[in-house]
Amino acid sequence: MKFGVPKEVFEGEARVALTPESAKQLQKLGYDCAIETGAGALAGFSDKDYEEAGVEIVKTAPALWKECDIVAKVRQPNETEMKRLKKGQTLISFFNPGGNEAGMEAAKAKGANVIAMEMVPRISRAQKMDALSSMANIAGYRAVIEAGNNFGRFFTGQITAAGKVPPAKVLVVGAGVAGLAAIGTSTSLGAVTYAFDVRPEVAEQVESMGAEFVYLDFEEEQQDGAATGGYASVSSPEFREAQLAKFRELAPEMDIVITTALIPNREAPELWTKDMVEAMKPGSVIVDLAAEKGGNCKLTVKDEKIVTDNGVTIIGYTDFPSRMATQASTLYATNIRHMMTDLTPEKDGQINHNMEDDVIRGATVTYEGEITFPPPPPKVAAIAAKPKEKVKEKTPEEKRAEEVAAFKAQTKQQVTLIAVGAVLLLGVGLVAPASFMQHFIVFVLSVFIGFQVIWNVSHALHTPLMAVTNAISSIIILGALLQIGSGNWLVILLAALSVFMAGINIFGGFLVTRRMLAMFQKS
Amino acid sequence: MDFGFTTAAYVVAAVLFILSLGGLSGQESAKRAVWYGIAGMALAVFATLIGPGAGLWLLSLILIAAGGIIGWYVANKVEMTEMPQLVAAMHSLVGLAAVFVGFNAHFVMHHVAGLHGGEELGTFAALVAHKSPVELNILKVELFLGIFIGAVTFTGSVIAYGKLAGKVSSAAKKLPGGHMLNAGAAALSLICLIWYFNTGGLFPVILMTLAALFIGYHLIMGIGGADMPVVVSMLNSYSGWAAAAIGFSLSNDLLIVVGALVGSSGAILSYIMCKAMNRSFISVILGGFGGTAGPAMEVEGEQVAIDADGVANALNEADSVIIVPGYGMAVAQAQGAVSELTNKLRAKGKNVRFAIHPVAGRLPGHMNVLLAEAKVPYDIVMEMDEINDDFPDTDVVIVIGSNDIVNPAAQEDPNSPIAGMPVLEVWKAKQVFVSKRGQGTGYSGIENPLFYKENTRMFYGDAKASMNALLPKID
Repeated sequence: MKFGVPKEVFEGEARVALTPESAKQLQKLGYDCAIETGAGALAGFSDKDYEEAGVEIVKTAPALWKECDIVAKVRQPNETEMKRLKKGQTLISFFNPGGNEAGMEAAKAKGANVIAMEMVPRISRAQKMDALSSMANIAGYRAVIEAGNNFGRFFTGQITAAGKVPPAKVLVVGAGVAGLAAIGTSTSLGAVTYAFDVRPEVAEQVESMGAEFVYLDFEEEQQDGAATGGYASVSSPEFREAQLAKFRELAPEMDIVITTALIPNREAPELWTKDMVEAMKPGSVIVDLAAEKGGNCKLTVKDEKIVTDNGVTIIGYTDFPSRMATQASTLYATNIRHMMTDLTPEKDGQINHNMEDDVIRGATVTYEGEITFPPPPPKVAAIAAKPKEKVKEKTPEEKRAEEVAAFKAQTKQQVTLIAVGAVLLLGVGLVAPASFMQHFIVFVLSVFIGFQVIWNVSHALHTPLMAVTNAISSIIILGALLQIGSGNWLVILLAALSVFMAGINIFGGFLVTRRMLAMFQKS
Repeated sequence: MDFGFTTAAYVVAAVLFILSLGGLSGQESAKRAVWYGIAGMALAVFATLIGPGAGLWLLSLILIAAGGIIGWYVANKVEMTEMPQLVAAMHSLVGLAAVFVGFNAHFVMHHVAGLHGGEELGTFAALVAHKSPVELNILKVELFLGIFIGAVTFTGSVIAYGKLAGKVSSAAKKLPGGHMLNAGAAALSLICLIWYFNTGGLFPVILMTLAALFIGYHLIMGIGGADMPVVVSMLNSYSGWAAAAIGFSLSNDLLIVVGALVGSSGAILSYIMCKAMNRSFISVILGGFGGTAGPAMEVEGEQVAIDADGVANALNEADSVIIVPGYGMAVAQAQGAVSELTNKLRAKGKNVRFAIHPVAGRLPGHMNVLLAEAKVPYDIVMEMDEINDDFPDTDVVIVIGSNDIVNPAAQEDPNSPIAGMPVLEVWKAKQVFVSKRGQGTGYSGIENPLFYKENTRMFYGDAKASMNALLPKID
């Protein structure tokens, strides 16, 4: 089958869905690759590079769409492109199925199978084709770079001959993939980085990247992030208030603010209000990665950079991945290639569109003339581990009460045991003769001593303990010695045998114990 | 010499025995404690020999010396991996001796009853002759008990020896009828007791002895290999109680004291072992694992194998290593190689420790003795409770020949047959290597989800060969 990639038609889009490297891998899967002329030019891949990798160069887009069985793209296809789709063709692209009813209808009418890259489920197995994450990663990195470009000072603190330079303070709001990438970039540039997220379970990840997690003084049962597929959900008004108050407190200190807070299929929440912008120092920079969905800051203008009256720069670009087209294309092409690998389990150049597979099913939005969006929830859930139940610190009174209760229970148990034991003893004493009772007392006391002593024996010495008890249980030799003097030959014989056996045991037991104990050496 | 001296010697001997057991609380004091035991035993035998009632002391000395030579020879020759067998074999001797002494007591009593007089039959006979009818009845019960426990100990230990030495199949086996046969034999013994009580004849005693021998045989045959720590400590306990019962019938306080000490020691060991397996004593003795409460949890994932290079790399990079040995290490005789590996890793400044589960091996404390023999310092050998909290901070865990004691199903799967058993939480470490002969479940036949975990790698092969393969790769 033929795999083709047209030039992106969206204004300013520089990325491309095929690189020479990924083309080679696709050929190994058995596909012939084709690309529209000049498609990779803006991402730094010339037609010549592609030709060398064995990719056919096609002159026009319509010809490419016509020739190929599988078409891969970056941006959501426009109307013209949708018209070029044909029956049985597979389209792999970002498709925005949630807001692209018309596109899905068109694909359905054409009978094409559409795989939407943003619908790849967020499970471990599918990470290699999760294009949203790889693009978000780039956006996070680029956001810091753009901020630095517009920020008039160093990130890292320095003491120079010309004076002291304080480190920049960066706040990253939302610690998703983009947020974590921004944190990583910012800390490695040397800025003091703070991060906030509504999901407290990501605090650990934030701290592992070298940033400080901003905690709120707020008591609320947080919804587990894992329940919503690893994305943040809408928070309560009280929580929002606490959050804004914290931001207001931080605003005057921060030099750079990067907001990445998005909630799936909703307008971006307003987190950085006008008064916070006003409270910031002149020269500060805000990068709003949520600009496409209205922005986390209401002053943000989509796709533009503005400077407020008090000298704060607000960047609202939405094309960060495209601004790093080479890197973005490489990652995206690899994501596409992994998707193709999953679609070609036999490596024979034929697509096996397996709708039983969680990942493929989840990403497919139209299949054989049917709209298959939204997909059923994936069978394998769980991204974050469940937050640990916090063990409540016990107050001293509670501890004390527990100790008292334990002590009482212990006392009760011991008293019961003693009472039962005493009754039994008394019972025996009533019927048994005095001579027996004498021995019996010795016996009971010995058992008692035995229990007290043996509990202290260290676990490591249990084998020597067995050997030594073995040796001393040969004390039975005394009985045999007392009987051996009898006149009866049978008694003498049995007693002699007993003495002999006990002799083996005494020597064997003690010697082997000694041998074992001598082996225990301290380092 | 008169009774006074003997009694005084017995008191001293009893104190020495108590000290010798008490001294086992620490490795260093234990070395001194053995001498207390030896001194106590020497004193007791000496006092008895020169005391009243003992005759034929030359014969006795010769017999003790002959036995001593055999004992000395065995003690020096035995391999540390063979300790469980040795201990079991010694228990059987004590059991048999108890049976013989019990029979003798019966004969003497019978004679005295027949003669009604002060014929020269030794002190014991004189003692018996002075007993009242009630005391005689008690005496009968005591020696009956002594013989019974001794006989059970004898055959039980012989079978345990056979199983541990591999001469009898270690699988749990029962004759048709199972525990009903045991119960029948026990009932028969009880009937014999009543019979003996009324007639005082020899026949019921012999019949009871046969029944007891059968119980010992059948009971231990029905218990599988991995439950041996409990069995051996239980037999240890029995040998003590047998001595105590004989002590009662001979009116010898030292026998009673020592028998009680040994009996309680064995009982505590059994209790510790059972607790470590989260099973009741009864269920161990009755043999086999109980039925499961429901289907076992599905195990997901696959066992991923790794070669020596991979393990060596991980070890070279690790800062902290914990080794979890089990019976497999003893079988493969790998303790020497493990010790060398430990030395090499420690020489590189890594924190190497051993985690010992109470029921690892076939004898309480078995692993400790093996590691000590291989010259692993005892201060890096930890008990389960000491080390279980350290696993999350550990880089590499090597599991050598153990299975159920590191099975996470005990904590995660309420339907597992071993649910609730305390286990070493090795899966919390960053990486786990399992040295194992091949795939497949262990003695208990329980699937081990540890082998399927993402941070677990299977290092297949004979434990000794595997460890030796690692040695040159550690640098």
